[in-house]
Amino acid sequence: MAELFTLPVLLGIAFSGIRLATPYLYAALGETFAQRSGVLNLGVDGIMLMGAFSAFFVALNTGSLWLGLAAAAVVGLLMGLLMALVSITFKAEQGISGIGLYMFGLGLSSLLFRTTVGTVKTISGFQPVKLPLLGDLPILGDIFFRHSLLVYGAFLAVPLAWFILERTTWGLKIRAVGQQPAAADSLGVNVTAVRYACTGLGGVLAGIAGASLSIALTNLFQENLTSGQGFIAVALVYFGGWRPLGVLGGALLFSFVNAFQLWMQVLVPEMEADIAVMLPYLLTIAALAVAVNRTRQPAALAKPFERGEA
Amino acid sequence: MPTLTTASSPAPGLTPAPASAIARRVAIQRVAMRGIVKRFPGVLANAGVDFDVNAGEVHALLGENGAGKSTLMRQLYGLYPPDAGEILIDGQPHTFHSPADAIRAGIGMIHQHFMLVPTLTVAENVALGLRSSREPQMDLKVVAARLNTLAEAYGLKVDPGAYIWQLAVGEQQRVEILKALYRGASLIILDEPTAVLTPQEVDGLFATLRRMAGEGHALIFISHKLHEVLAISQRVTVLRDGHVVGERAAGSVGRQELAQLMVGREVKALPAQAVQTGGVRLALEGVRAQGDRGTEGLRGVSLAIHAGEVLGLAGVSGNGQRELAECLAGLRRVSAGRVLLGGRDVTHASPRERLLAGQAYIPEERMRDGAIKNFSVLENLFLHDHAAPNYARWGVLNTNAMRARAAALVQRFNVKTPGLETPLKNLSGGNIQKLILARELSRQPRVLIAAQPTRGVDIGATEYIHQQLLAQRAAGTAILLISEDLDEILALSDRIAVIYEGAIMAVLPRGQATPAALGLLMAGVHGHEAG
Ligand SMILES: Nc1ncnc2c1ncn2[C@@H]1O[C@H](COP(=O)(O)OP(=O)(O)OP(=O)(O)O)[C@@H](O)[C@H]1O
Ligand SMILES: [Mg+2]
Repeated sequence: MAELFTLPVLLGIAFSGIRLATPYLYAALGETFAQRSGVLNLGVDGIMLMGAFSAFFVALNTGSLWLGLAAAAVVGLLMGLLMALVSITFKAEQGISGIGLYMFGLGLSSLLFRTTVGTVKTISGFQPVKLPLLGDLPILGDIFFRHSLLVYGAFLAVPLAWFILERTTWGLKIRAVGQQPAAADSLGVNVTAVRYACTGLGGVLAGIAGASLSIALTNLFQENLTSGQGFIAVALVYFGGWRPLGVLGGALLFSFVNAFQLWMQVLVPEMEADIAVMLPYLLTIAALAVAVNRTRQPAALAKPFERGEA
Repeated sequence: MPTLTTASSPAPGLTPAPASAIARRVAIQRVAMRGIVKRFPGVLANAGVDFDVNAGEVHALLGENGAGKSTLMRQLYGLYPPDAGEILIDGQPHTFHSPADAIRAGIGMIHQHFMLVPTLTVAENVALGLRSSREPQMDLKVVAARLNTLAEAYGLKVDPGAYIWQLAVGEQQRVEILKALYRGASLIILDEPTAVLTPQEVDGLFATLRRMAGEGHALIFISHKLHEVLAISQRVTVLRDGHVVGERAAGSVGRQELAQLMVGREVKALPAQAVQTGGVRLALEGVRAQGDRGTEGLRGVSLAIHAGEVLGLAGVSGNGQRELAECLAGLRRVSAGRVLLGGRDVTHASPRERLLAGQAYIPEERMRDGAIKNFSVLENLFLHDHAAPNYARWGVLNTNAMRARAAALVQRFNVKTPGLETPLKNLSGGNIQKLILARELSRQPRVLIAAQPTRGVDIGATEYIHQQLLAQRAAGTAILLISEDLDEILALSDRIAVIYEGAIMAVLPRGQATPAALGLLMAGVHGHEAG
């Protein structure tokens, strides 16, 4: 146990913690947009799986990581729009349609993987890029500034998402539509369009989250690669109080716990691995029970909009 | 006096436009609706309605609850398409697919139920859906500055940085009007704007409306209060059951005639009879509570209400009435002091405990606190009594018994509804209020808290509700009547308390309570100061 607290190990945990926050951040920020507009998309994990597979498949066959990333974004967009169609246009119960979308993504990505790739292969994914100057800082440089582009992108997305939501006219529409769609509608805001856009954006980001797993973090694809990270991402949105900064805090908490448990598996082999793996999920439940402030929840979350209801 | 903005000037906050673009929207001279028909499941809301309004004119629309006034106006604002009929603006037919189209044509609407986002600020609510001068960034400073100018010009004072949830209803309404003005609307529809205002606020609103009409705005004004209609409008159109039953010039018609047109029968004033009052049923001792705006909402309120008495609580909106009602209902924490219900301390009791102790509550925000809009009429009638032995055995509801009683209540309280299964949200405002009243009064309460019981309710239903309140009083119920309608307070109360900034200014017996005396107290001036 003592070897857990040496400097190299702690540095390793911190480095992994930052790295592993990437998929959580993309997925949860995307879900933040969807939920702030009033759409609860529980299918994030399914979209991530499809994104992960598409990125991996395209990168494997074309040799281009960027094409892989683009494929993941497009597939994510399509799945997000499918969710939008079912829950906004057809007004299906969002909790149910999201689970459906998850099952669909899980099944299809597994099927495609088995029929086209077959066995687990690895590829050479996005490589770490040491940032000039910053990367040479002692300790901090090692932890923060020697990651791949997708990792930097995820962290940059946090202030960007905040800016869009809180400082732009689009963000204002999104917030209004998620809170009081009738009021937005009465001012000529197209509630349906805003919700489609946000759910689509959520899909794109979930696709990229999946890609970050398959072509930047693990550099492989296997069935159920995400093992539920998409669900944790949804939980993070609640945990973060529907705010990008809160989501960041939650994502870091979870990725650090994850990093910790991974290192524990390596360094304390006598401990049951399954117990370590359970840690992040237990933490989800505990954190949700303690930290969620429902008063911030968008009032129209998961409620289809019908014009003319007072 | 600041320079006034004319109806056709564009709203800054939109991209700065060249002069040609400013001229693009000419102020509306005349809007006409022809043969408008609108059906809802089981209801013919508009049965071929003709209605028009001209620039510079206030045209009032009158009618009982459910007559179809809001429906007609919502079609003019593009919220629903008419089933038949057409809308002409300056002679040109227009089809509106959404409010965006109506706004573009220069139409604005102040809705009966406010269309504001409570978690956004005033400026954000106004800017919503508009282009900013710094796209994609918001330009809230520009919006706030322009808002202040408009507010000053029209006497609509409001803080652009305040959140909507922090505002009193009267202030929220000013925001609604500012939203329309900000968009440069030249026809403004006001659906029951005075229902939520105090007499002073109504005067302020009327001054604003006159100014707007004087500048060439066309205004449509809906109200149930006949004296208001006669005071502000030039023409009055009366709707009954979806038909136009008359159009009159306001100068040549009396209240009595309008009332008869609306209701189809004569409306009588209330006979007041003396009732023997009994012991104290509800007592407040130095009650303090937090307000919505972080300040103290109630600052030591003491009151005693006796059996068989109506205690009227008068005051300008936002002086602690809502906090007081919520404390009594068990919806807001009392931070100091005591509340005694029938001698028992219920300061921290749950709403259900109070209910069981014989207290009934008619909330101000009936759609939020009094009813569930997606439940049926039947279910809403049984929100409290679903577990009573007559209607449920071992937790299973006896629907036959429930239906029979619901049908009886709907009939007795004159609730207009297509059926017991109709979702509550499809009823008109006045009918929802009658339904809540039916539920609360039929429980034969010992204490009744009635907060704004006739707000937004037509004269026929108001008369009925007043009768019911007096019948309760005769039956020995202790009634706290919280109302911003002084006429109502004076007509029903045995004693009148005036609340100002969270404290009781005075309690007057009915005989001493003149409108002038009450008005001064409501403004925070003590009788002896006024000398
Ligand atoms: N969205 C809807 N769906 C079904 N029925 C509706 C709907 N909106 C209104 N109605 C019905 O249409 C009729 C007219 O309603 P409307 O709201 O226009 O009345 P109103 O004259 O504005 O009444 P109030 O004075 O109570 O506001 C009522 O019977 C009402 O129940
Ligand atoms: Mg109405």
